[in-house]
Amino acid sequence: MNILPVALIQTQKRLLHQSEIATLTELSLLTASDPALIHTGGKIMKAVSWQGAKHVEVETVPDPKIMNPRDAVVKITTTAICGSDLHLYNGYIPTMERGDILGHEFIGEVVELGSGVKNIQIGDRVIVPFPIACGNCFFCKHQLWSLCDDSNPNAWMAEKIMGYSPSGIFGYSHMLGGYAGGQAQYARVPFADVGLFKIPDGLKDEQVIFLTDIFPTGYMAADNCNIQPGDTVAVWGCGPVGQFTIRSAYLLGATRVIAIDRIPERLQLAKEGKAEILNYEEVDIGEALKEMTGGRGPDACIDAVGMEAHGLGLDEFYDQAKQAVRLETDRPHVLRQAIVACRKGGTVSIPGVYAGFVDKIPMGAAMNKALTFRMGQTHVHRYIKTLLEHIQNGDIDPSFVITHRLSLEQAPLGYEMFSQRKNNCIKVVLKP
Amino acid sequence: MDQLIKVEKTVTINKSAEELYHFWRNFENLPRFMKHLKSVKVYDDKHSHWIIRRLLDGSAEWDAEIVEDRENELIAWNAVSGGDIDNSGFVRFRPAPGERGTEVKFVTEYKPPGGAIGSLIAKLFGEEPQQEIKEDLRRFKMLMEAGEIATIEGQPKGKS
Repeated sequence: MNILPVALIQTQKRLLHQSEIATLTELSLLTASDPALIHTGGKIMKAVSWQGAKHVEVETVPDPKIMNPRDAVVKITTTAICGSDLHLYNGYIPTMERGDILGHEFIGEVVELGSGVKNIQIGDRVIVPFPIACGNCFFCKHQLWSLCDDSNPNAWMAEKIMGYSPSGIFGYSHMLGGYAGGQAQYARVPFADVGLFKIPDGLKDEQVIFLTDIFPTGYMAADNCNIQPGDTVAVWGCGPVGQFTIRSAYLLGATRVIAIDRIPERLQLAKEGKAEILNYEEVDIGEALKEMTGGRGPDACIDAVGMEAHGLGLDEFYDQAKQAVRLETDRPHVLRQAIVACRKGGTVSIPGVYAGFVDKIPMGAAMNKALTFRMGQTHVHRYIKTLLEHIQNGDIDPSFVITHRLSLEQAPLGYEMFSQRKNNCIKVVLKP
Repeated sequence: MDQLIKVEKTVTINKSAEELYHFWRNFENLPRFMKHLKSVKVYDDKHSHWIIRRLLDGSAEWDAEIVEDRENELIAWNAVSGGDIDNSGFVRFRPAPGERGTEVKFVTEYKPPGGAIGSLIAKLFGEEPQQEIKEDLRRFKMLMEAGEIATIEGQPKGKS
């Protein structure tokens, strides 16, 4: 299947970047098990590494260090497993390499600063947004932080698939920078002067950890719907992002939120967030939404599921089969349903991650109903101040979504539980 | 093996033409973002000496002369005859529309010499000189906009 982006990128990589790969491989041999490293005074840490599909390990690796003037090193106090990490875990994101350190939701304390960072002090408690952004390029200046032009050292890989590259992201494949992630005891943060936000006194780790990703992601999903008084918003997926989407839609003035899932504890949590709930295994979602909205359809439909959707019926079998043999990289079941269910002139907002290609998108419905599509990796930097205010005002305590607290060593168990939805797992935080 | 190879690439940088021109005009800055360039020594306002990395020890080098210089707009140079590689280049700075910064177009032409050194040069510029030049311009953009070049080289990694 040489038309697939994965194959293409891997071939290109061998051609162009052999020397870099060799360097990295040599470095990776210098793990803690190498006594020479300890004797020469190198410091070591624990980190969660990707070892292939459904296989993560906690390893001992060298500490990160300052590599550029605008870098900081953060000692991580709380980190988390994201639903989008499950796409890596399940092996659906191209350009992962064995040994990559995972994790893009982490907060901690600054322990080292590059010479170019003046607005942050050693010892500051900080939030780290998951996209890496320079703050100076056209996109950063326009608040489109996840599209930063200058943070992805492997931009050429993303360009092969997407034409132009989004920003680098911590621990999220080489196509998006190959940065070591934050499911670890320490992490290096580039552009720390714009990529670190001080945690106000009095707020606990668990109240602010989700400002790194899922709270702003849910909030941007709702913000993208341009919610007007009287609007009904339908949210597919009651995982952690879905939960924050529901609450954000109300914060932004939605009159009703309808949440769709099949897992009872997730639907229950959505109900506690004042959503009306629908179980797609029990009702026909399209019909139910139409009936609940007086025959008009929801004003906005949000796909908080993404590329590994589950569904019922023929298209589910079609997608499972095609994705299994890599004829289709993503399963867009939810997206199709959202497009058809959306009212005329409504908005389809997509916080769920897609990585490659999808089939059988009802473009005719989208075009003829004049829908607006909004999507993208979250511009986290844009929302942190507003959302911190909501937390400080007591409008929301984001820790409601946590179901499991584990040590970093228990990360493999955390991945398995979250992936299989075992033990009523909704959100796992890790304490390094 | 005396065909002329021409590569041209354009990048938009969110800085003024003036700032970009002045950085580039000091050729001693070029090795900071041009990967294969080992060093440039500026002799005087028009003349400089360029050394590129070779795969093995040693290097290929030449003297260059600025043949056109329009402040904040364009710099063009040629290798003076007698160097290891016959080459020339120019860079042009043009304001992008609507406060989008400056469009920087870089064009270089070179004639790989025959024989052993010729094959080395071919390898140096890679099978894909277009991509190499594009990456050089990307690093220039990062250096100018962000003040540094994004990298992951030397960061921790687990067993592979």
